[in-house]
Amino acid sequence: MAAIPGASYDAGASVDFATIYVLPASLVETCRALRDIPSLRFNVLIEVTAADYLPREPRFEVVYHLLSVPNRQRLRVKVRVASKDIDGVVPTVQSVWPAAGWPEREVWDMFGIVFAGHGDLRRLLMPEDWEGHPARKDYPVQIRKAAQTYEPLEVSEDEFRANIERDRLKRAH
Amino acid sequence: MAELRTETMTVNMGPQHPSTHGVLRLVLELDGETIKSCMPTIGYLHTGIEKTAEQKKWQQVVPLVERMDYLAAQSNSLAYVLGVEKLLGLEMPQRVKDIRVLIAELQRIASHLVWIGTHAMEIGAVSMLFYAIRERELLLNINELVAGFRFFPSYFRVGGLREDLPRGFHEAVNAFLDRFPAKIDEFEDLLTKNDMFTRRTQGVGVLTQDEALAWGLVGPIARGSGSDYDVRRYFPYCGYETYDFKVPTATEGDVFARYRVRVEEMRQSVNISRQAITRIPPSGAWACDDPRVVPPPKDKVYTEMEALIQHFLIYSQGFTVPAGDVYVPIEGPRGEHGCYVVSDGTNRPWRVKMRPPSFMAIQALPKIIQNGMIADVIAVIGSTDVVMGDCDR
Repeated sequence: MAAIPGASYDAGASVDFATIYVLPASLVETCRALRDIPSLRFNVLIEVTAADYLPREPRFEVVYHLLSVPNRQRLRVKVRVASKDIDGVVPTVQSVWPAAGWPEREVWDMFGIVFAGHGDLRRLLMPEDWEGHPARKDYPVQIRKAAQTYEPLEVSEDEFRANIERDRLKRAH
Repeated sequence: MAELRTETMTVNMGPQHPSTHGVLRLVLELDGETIKSCMPTIGYLHTGIEKTAEQKKWQQVVPLVERMDYLAAQSNSLAYVLGVEKLLGLEMPQRVKDIRVLIAELQRIASHLVWIGTHAMEIGAVSMLFYAIRERELLLNINELVAGFRFFPSYFRVGGLREDLPRGFHEAVNAFLDRFPAKIDEFEDLLTKNDMFTRRTQGVGVLTQDEALAWGLVGPIARGSGSDYDVRRYFPYCGYETYDFKVPTATEGDVFARYRVRVEEMRQSVNISRQAITRIPPSGAWACDDPRVVPPPKDKVYTEMEALIQHFLIYSQGFTVPAGDVYVPIEGPRGEHGCYVVSDGTNRPWRVKMRPPSFMAIQALPKIIQNGMIADVIAVIGSTDVVMGDCDR
């Protein structure tokens, strides 16, 4: 395991399998090495999640669970994220494992951690117009929020005819 | 002659479409009948179970997580319970492990029955649904016998089981296991050599093994593409290493390969269940003997002061779990169900995160159906066996 670039070890902290801590700057490089070095071969990204350790600082930990099918190994990679670093300091690992896309989007949705270079950080589980990031510890559990509704589209008969006519013209050309 | 102008058409499928297995919305861009792109929208069933779990005591989380994947309720609770037990350092008696294996396998059959019924129905074999649901009913009856609850039994608890097996359990399970293999043959007679079914499924939605693993689709989908990864084999839990079973695989990677893998999995589950039911003695331990977690028996509660205090503490404050984090994977019907549990050393979880196999499957859906036909979308969604409650949590 000594060959992994950019990793620091936190021995004895986990009861199931090894955990390594990685700095955000070397995350992609480390992940690529974890995937490609033959003795490691972590070819499956099981999930990406995060935990909010308020009031501790660094406040967040982004957690990557890796699986090596050829070597029957599991590994947990953690990235510590301070409150000031939530905006685009952690890079996306989509270039290493395409499966990272949605889990990272969910982490942004739930915790507000922006992954640099992700490109598609839209709401995934929460509605598009939601404010706040619900899995944070300072987010209240029971809040009353009025359901967002939209008025049904109302079109008069004249407008409807005009639309049809315009569409017909568009298709004719 | 003027050149014929063509343009792609955007079609909205769902969220109330009957074949999307719940509320899944797909925005499809079509060129004729060919799919150019697909954008899934999820979140309609998001209920914040993981956030709610942080407010509950450890034992109270079990019924909550069961409501995520509502067709495989006990996969969720088994992963959670094993995770908490690992943090606590508890070792279960052999009988508890065997009962857990048996219940998990029966539930795998129940989940696959819903899958085979709905999947075949969506492709056109409507009567399959009735045959499959008829058999599943017997499994729900066993759930009711065990826990008084048909869909969400909450029978697995941290520290063991909720109570001992009821009278008549062995008879009910044996009756089902004797009856069911012939029913699988019946299903196969209806589907495996059915010309319409094979034409709709063979060569459709092909995924290579490397693609399946890169997209995190570990489970029946990867096994249909040639991978032999099965958590029960690679990282055994609950004593699966002592059971004799095969991990079915297929190499084609299409919808039909996934169908064959799951049908064979049902046969293997029957096989494992037979071994488990013969190992389970009619009476014996149904929980570990750790007084921190498991309340003392009722007759002691009424006669001994210490037992009464212990009972009161467990039911009022719950128990504390040593600080730390753990990820426990199990092989659910849809693939690797995992539970990431973080404890801060108190009587409530700091974070509970499920690893949902359906979430990964829907993420990979645009990749699988790209450049396919619109009619194949239905077959592919059915073959990924997604459950939206599992996806959205």
